[in-house]
Amino acid sequence: MRLVLENISHRYGNVEVLEGISLEVKEGEIVAIIGPSGCGKSTLLRLAGGLEKPGGGRILQEGAPPANSLNPLTYIFQDFALLPWRTVRGNIALVLEDHKLASDQRKAIIEDVLSRTSLLDFAHAYPRQLSGGMKQRVAIARALSVRPAIMLMDEPLSALDAQTRALLMEDFVGLWRREQFSALYVTHNLQEAVQLGHRIVVLSRRPGRVREIIEIDIPVEERASRAVELERHSRHLWQLMRDEARAADRELLDAANG
Amino acid sequence: MPPTDKKQVPFRGGGFAPKKVRFAGLAVFAVILILWELGTRSGFITPLVLPKPSEAFGALVELVRSGLLVKHLSASLVRLIAGWSLGVSLGVALGIAIGLFSLARSGLAPLVSALFPIPKIALLPLFVIWFGIDEGSKIATILFGTLFPTVIATYSGIDNVDRSLIRMGQSFGLSWASIVRKIILPGAMPAILAGFRISASIAIILLVAAEMIGAEYGIGAYILMAGSLMQTDQLLAGVAILSGIGLIAAWGIGRAEAWFLKWR
Ligand SMILES: Nc1ncnc2c1ncn2[C@@H]1O[C@H](COP(=O)(O)OP(=O)(O)O)[C@@H](O)[C@H]1O
Ligand SMILES: [Mg+2]
Repeated sequence: MRLVLENISHRYGNVEVLEGISLEVKEGEIVAIIGPSGCGKSTLLRLAGGLEKPGGGRILQEGAPPANSLNPLTYIFQDFALLPWRTVRGNIALVLEDHKLASDQRKAIIEDVLSRTSLLDFAHAYPRQLSGGMKQRVAIARALSVRPAIMLMDEPLSALDAQTRALLMEDFVGLWRREQFSALYVTHNLQEAVQLGHRIVVLSRRPGRVREIIEIDIPVEERASRAVELERHSRHLWQLMRDEARAADRELLDAANG
Repeated sequence: MPPTDKKQVPFRGGGFAPKKVRFAGLAVFAVILILWELGTRSGFITPLVLPKPSEAFGALVELVRSGLLVKHLSASLVRLIAGWSLGVSLGVALGIAIGLFSLARSGLAPLVSALFPIPKIALLPLFVIWFGIDEGSKIATILFGTLFPTVIATYSGIDNVDRSLIRMGQSFGLSWASIVRKIILPGAMPAILAGFRISASIAIILLVAAEMIGAEYGIGAYILMAGSLMQTDQLLAGVAILSGIGLIAAWGIGRAEAWFLKWR
């Protein structure tokens, strides 16, 4: 299944947030979207998964999702969005309970995703007992349990400290190597984008437009060891980003003064 | 450099975190009772102003022995439980409707705001006409008194449920009913239970007031009778029973909170 965004525009009141965005996510591909804070990345992701209606343009699913996929477009949120009154197991069960599954089948799925995210020992813990990194692992396990065709990830690492971020990034790379999932990965962090993205879409400051789309031809699993080649891409991206970031920064200051 | 004098940096970070001291509450009760007993025995407090605690206790024992306690208490508890449970179940149902549906919100929220501040006891004469002088009017007073605070607690609880959790539910394709039952209601539960706490005390206050009109049995009737006969020991015995009911209700709601909110 492919996800195609055609000429998406969106506004809130008279604030233009997105303008003429076209992009696609192919099967097994991670598309990173990077842009300064407030440029409409989260909005774009909400539109992509059908949580909001775009003001203009179309969002298309091309091709059927895999037959066993329970929720083809599945989100991973920055703030984890776990139910505090359910245990780790309960949070995963939540998204399976509305599907017609035999109870042993449901149980097997939960066991499987818990073991794939090394969470088996935490199955009965409540979210308040978990660190941020563990909470995001639970959210990843929950997403995997519905066998998504495309994951929509909104700054999944931004609420975490640097060490945890690095660990989870390794997990993502490992996960991708095993499962070849497709994802739209939103971030404002250049490093995350170059480590994970097959293609990187650079958005301008608000209203968000596509400034450039960059292909990175180094296989995801080799990137950790080919830092020098990656650095070339990082530098180029930073050139693109810094002007936008600086302008976005000044914009906020102007707005505060006015 | 010459040795300078050393001084330990003084600690100044403590306090502002009251802790639980065991038995302190009981001790305060005991001290008050003992002082009171001593004061009345020595004649420092005249019997007309306050009876001895031991006399009030005697009145309580007498009440138990005569078998009247069971009659008064059961009459009161039936009214209290019927009125409160009807009031809060209707209240939660209305609160959920107002919390979830635009039409219910626009139509009912203003009505609730208009009716909430009316002291329900002022309507008791009307309730007597509508629901009869017997149990009907008393239960209705408690019902209406507990209904409105419960409605408001419930729908503001629903309003405050984390929107990102609801959005998460939608993004996983959960059904409307699942979102309500598994995300919205548990999220509103702390507010609903806090509302129960308030409505339980309102119910006890209204119970006594309602029993002062046309009730043969009931703690309120007992207190009223004792008061009009200047039997202050009996009056205090009645008040102690009310306080006991209040404590038990608070304890019960505390247990419910510990069970429903164990995730906190
Ligand atoms: N529901 C909303 N209503 C009004 N304005 C919004 C809403 N959501 C986002 N915005 C505005 O749209 C802009 C883009 O927001 P967002 O998509 O969250 O940006 P990003 O994720 O890139 O930081 C911001 O200026 C934000 O204030
Ligand atoms: Mg965002």
